[in-house]
Amino acid sequence: MAQHPLLQVQDLVVKFRLRFGDLTALNGINFTLAPGERMGLVGESGAGKSVAGFSIINLISKPGFIASGRVLFEGEEISSYPLEHMRDIRGNRISMIFQDPMMTLNPVLTIGTQMVETILAHSKVSTAHAREIALEKLAKVYISSPGKRLGQYPHELSGGMRQRVVIAISLLTNPSLIIADEPTTALDVTIQAEVMALLLELCKNERMGLILITHDLGVVSQVTEKIAVMYAGRIVEQGPTKNIITSPKHPYTQGLIKALPQAENTGRRLYQIPGMMPNLTSIPPGCAFHPRCDQAMPMCRDHTPVLCTLEPGLTQVACHLYGTSKEKA
Amino acid sequence: MRLWKKFKNSYALYSFLRDPVAMGSFIILSVLALSAFGAPIIAPHNPYDTTTINIMDAELPPVWQEDADPSFLLGTDAQGRDMLSTMLYGMRVSLVIGIGATMLQAIIGIILGLISGYRGGKIDSFLMRMADVQLSFSTLMVAIFLSAIFQALFGVAAFERLAIPFLVLVIGIAEWPQYARTVRASVLAEKKKEYVEAARVIGLPSRRIMWRHILPNTLSPILVLSTVQVAHAILSEAALSFLGLGMPITKPSLGSLINSGFDYIFSGSWWITLFPGFLLVLLILVINLLGDFVQDVLNPKLYKG
Repeated sequence: MAQHPLLQVQDLVVKFRLRFGDLTALNGINFTLAPGERMGLVGESGAGKSVAGFSIINLISKPGFIASGRVLFEGEEISSYPLEHMRDIRGNRISMIFQDPMMTLNPVLTIGTQMVETILAHSKVSTAHAREIALEKLAKVYISSPGKRLGQYPHELSGGMRQRVVIAISLLTNPSLIIADEPTTALDVTIQAEVMALLLELCKNERMGLILITHDLGVVSQVTEKIAVMYAGRIVEQGPTKNIITSPKHPYTQGLIKALPQAENTGRRLYQIPGMMPNLTSIPPGCAFHPRCDQAMPMCRDHTPVLCTLEPGLTQVACHLYGTSKEKA
Repeated sequence: MRLWKKFKNSYALYSFLRDPVAMGSFIILSVLALSAFGAPIIAPHNPYDTTTINIMDAELPPVWQEDADPSFLLGTDAQGRDMLSTMLYGMRVSLVIGIGATMLQAIIGIILGLISGYRGGKIDSFLMRMADVQLSFSTLMVAIFLSAIFQALFGVAAFERLAIPFLVLVIGIAEWPQYARTVRASVLAEKKKEYVEAARVIGLPSRRIMWRHILPNTLSPILVLSTVQVAHAILSEAALSFLGLGMPITKPSLGSLINSGFDYIFSGSWWITLFPGFLLVLLILVINLLGDFVQDVLNPKLYKG
């Protein structure tokens, strides 16, 4: 077990079958996550972050499918598992947290019912025992009077409380990996920090792996150990969080970081990357970012750069600026 | 105790107490239902007991008219049965058929609608086309057809014995698409919500997601539809009985009472038709008004004109 990484994603290509042909949402994604490691998936809306998250547990919504590539979880290739088998992994060894806690909890069932149900779906324990586990996990996410919460409905809780409940639900089966899809976007800023701190603490204590999908580099820099920056279905840069935040290599990452509000440029207009993320139906040839890039060269238009390691063990970047090898477009 | 407290503080009760129409309808419906189901205790006579019926009492007018017999408050029908008692027993039959048929519709419709909406694809198309076909036969046509076959096969005597379950079955089968369509529509809406996705991520089997997670969220349209459908089923039964294809005159429902009195309306015995007619209208009206109220409570966003 120990020699296997927690999660390996190899050359993952996800397509959506549409009327006029296939649409490539993920174009050859590679990354590896060690046990207990925390990674951030960053990018603008439409970069394919959420699709990447869902494809790990093989739950891409209908016209989408994994066209090629593999997902290995603790050394097992789960991307080819049949549905029955996959269900044992989902919510059990890998759980997922969604953006809006109001939407992820069923409005007509009590918190207790939903928690107990999750436990019973994965392990053969008595209902009474399942309630005990639920109480224990609720206490772990610092919910006051957990016993009372079990009998309450989602609408009786506040937003932050609900997201804590959602996190508690994801912890129920002691997963080794949590995929959090923009877990704090729907929350108030003060609660965002609390929830992130909670997630970080839980991951550290339980040695859980975390994939944090977000567009907020600020959040990612506090919580994760490494970052993968996505653009138009590809990873354009990945490496240790510290390196990426302090010395971003790819012009896109540089732009993202410049767009963050920072103490030294108080009162000035924030930087904005010109243009918009291309529609997936019309990705520009060559490097998908070149129309928006301020350092674009003629070769960017014709050749798609591949991810190359600049320094061993550190940042990998897909950009011609660093003289990386070319791939035919 | 806790439930009672919850109910006392609920929005439903609050708006109910401030809606005189709903309250009035509810009171009338309760009185009607109680007297219908308590008919054997309340009714002054037993219309099913042929030994107590005297043909000499036939067509007596209600008490406030001349030649009336004070023991028959609303007069008697052509066979000498007390109108009031017969109507109470008849209303019981109508309510039983109405509620029974609606339950049958609900069971068939909810199951098929849920499967159709959740599974989608070919199953969905097949079930919905079946519903379309079913809806293109009117309830009356199906009922007339089936009861004619039934009577031809098993004889009129068997039909008279099995009339209630038969009518429940016919009306239930004829109207299930109403439920199936309503349920399917709300399942399609619910299915897209994130909690369903979350339930799948948790690893719950789809059967559980369908019944435990989606179905409870579709209950409010089902509830609204049910009130309408009960009224509708009672009317269908009355219409069938009026045509002579429903309840036999020995065990009359409101519809067959109206029908039986129809022959005497020109000989002056208007009460045999009119009283059950009024009762039927009143019953349907209060059920529909209550249905409107339920809809308002469950869909507070609905425009109230």
